Amino acid sequence: MKKVFTRPKSLKRNTFHYCPGCGHSIIHRLICEVIDEMNLQDKVIGIPPPGCSVFAYYYFDVDMAESAHGRGAAVATGIKRAFPEAVVFTYQGDGDLAGIGTAETIHAANRGENVTSIFINNAVYGMTGGQMAPTTLSGQKTTTTPYGRDAILEGHPIKMSEILALVEGAAYIERVAVNSPANIRKTKKAIHKAFQVQLGKLGFAMVEILSPCPTNWKMSPYEAWQWIDKEMTKVFPLGVIKDITERGDAD
Amino acid sequence: MVAKVLMTGNAAIGEAAIRAGCQSYFGYPITPQNELTEYMATHLSRRKGCSFIQAESEIAAVNMVYGASLVGVRTMTSSSSPGISLKQEGISYLAACELPAVIANMSRGGPGLGSIVAAQSDYFQATRGGGHGDYRTIVLAPSSVQELADLTHKAFDLADKYKIPVIILGDGILGQMMEPVEFKHEAPAELPIRSDALRGARGRPSKFIKTFTSNPAELEEINWSLFRRYELIKRDETAYETFLAEDAELIVVAFGIAARIAKGAIRTVRTEGLKVGLLRPITLWPFPYEAAKELAKGVKQFLVFEMNMGQMLEDVQLALEGQGEVSFYGRPGGVIPTPSEVARVISRLYYQKGLNK
Repeated sequence: MKKVFTRPKSLKRNTFHYCPGCGHSIIHRLICEVIDEMNLQDKVIGIPPPGCSVFAYYYFDVDMAESAHGRGAAVATGIKRAFPEAVVFTYQGDGDLAGIGTAETIHAANRGENVTSIFINNAVYGMTGGQMAPTTLSGQKTTTTPYGRDAILEGHPIKMSEILALVEGAAYIERVAVNSPANIRKTKKAIHKAFQVQLGKLGFAMVEILSPCPTNWKMSPYEAWQWIDKEMTKVFPLGVIKDITERGDAD
Repeated sequence: MVAKVLMTGNAAIGEAAIRAGCQSYFGYPITPQNELTEYMATHLSRRKGCSFIQAESEIAAVNMVYGASLVGVRTMTSSSSPGISLKQEGISYLAACELPAVIANMSRGGPGLGSIVAAQSDYFQATRGGGHGDYRTIVLAPSSVQELADLTHKAFDLADKYKIPVIILGDGILGQMMEPVEFKHEAPAELPIRSDALRGARGRPSKFIKTFTSNPAELEEINWSLFRRYELIKRDETAYETFLAEDAELIVVAFGIAARIAKGAIRTVRTEGLKVGLLRPITLWPFPYEAAKELAKGVKQFLVFEMNMGQMLEDVQLALEGQGEVSFYGRPGGVIPTPSEVARVISRLYYQKGLNK
């Protein structure tokens, strides 16, 4: 009998600790599928962040090293400059990449570091219990915006992909989501392309992934998927934001 | 014979680092250590297999060092006091992950933005860990340009041997003054890669380097394991120098540039017949507690002289355990005392304590 579906080789046989409906487990799997398809398992060095995905090294069967809050892009830079043969990716949340690590991210992109950033945007701080993130939507209630985020008091949701698209060294920036089978397939294509850009030494590549956090959004998984379509994509529209590669698509 | 060259202390660190096989330097400008960053831009950045980045911040620079150390190359950063405060986050992670790295602090006056003039007020920060958590770093305190070069080389060896960040605690005078220096090593043609490096899982199972755990018992064991290594370092790597201490009635304890000033002062008071010697810790951590205690068997008067408000003073008091009397002379804020000023202080103390009788 022909086997049509299997666990990726680079995904360890551990049970995910993530909440029901969380996007991390889907995204982990997609990255592992891409690593397998591109035959990169023995070349990859992954940088997980603090936060819910701090334990990513229990799931990815590739070399990984923890980084301090926000410093993923700097750590990836050090790795890549000292050992250019490595294929380096950071896995970062919105607080990490768009808050405490804004400087490291923008400057790594500006230097055109040949690294791949997987940016998980769920509009909230997950592991610390649902506080406001830089990407929290206007009006969205969190534990630190109990009356809803007010732009006058708390600023606007920050659009890192659009900001990074303005930076010269960024080669490929795409925003995707993991809230439907079709979007999940697009996410995988984008991750694939982001690794290709790195292998081609074309510069910094980032895939922003809108990802559900039903626990902190206080929704069912299904409601969370719908909320991404109805609310998040209005502020964070999906699509290719920058692509300097010749073909201009994610194939 | 090795030729001597005239160099600033900052440049000497850079040259010594390259000759020690340092393959990557990540820094951020701050006075008074810019000559080191500039030296690396000129001499390291184009070397085969080497890299140099002027980072966007001290925080980014030390995290680049962390990345480079992960993949097994010799790596360093440098800064001065306020910049070192920013690097402490990364130094704590380096210590936790047992990653070797060299960090030079050409210190200046503080607290805050302070001054750009040499001071020794970062002693506590350097010797007590500095960042969060229960850890130590080896701290080397040179007092000449030659010693900056020698101890930089040693710093890389110690960092690799013990998988630990090593701090070179210099200061603005040492960094910027020029002295003849000779380099005893050639840069290696073949650049060594640490065997335990994280370089992709080729031919072996994947591995990860982490510090976070939700299990306090696991973290306790990691802390004890680090502690056991620190005990080995204390036993085997403590270094100090004594100067005219054999017949001394009064011992001055000073480190770094202050020790250099103290030596001049001691020579002066010796011409007046005062029996004064020097104890100069070369490793500030581990501190030479035993050497100080040994001296206290014969000497009862100690004068701690520092360019701060009395930080190493506490280590000297700990070392002597009440044996011998400890006085202190300090000039904080970047004020640099002259040898004759320190000689007057020594002389006054000598007569006050009746050591001339």
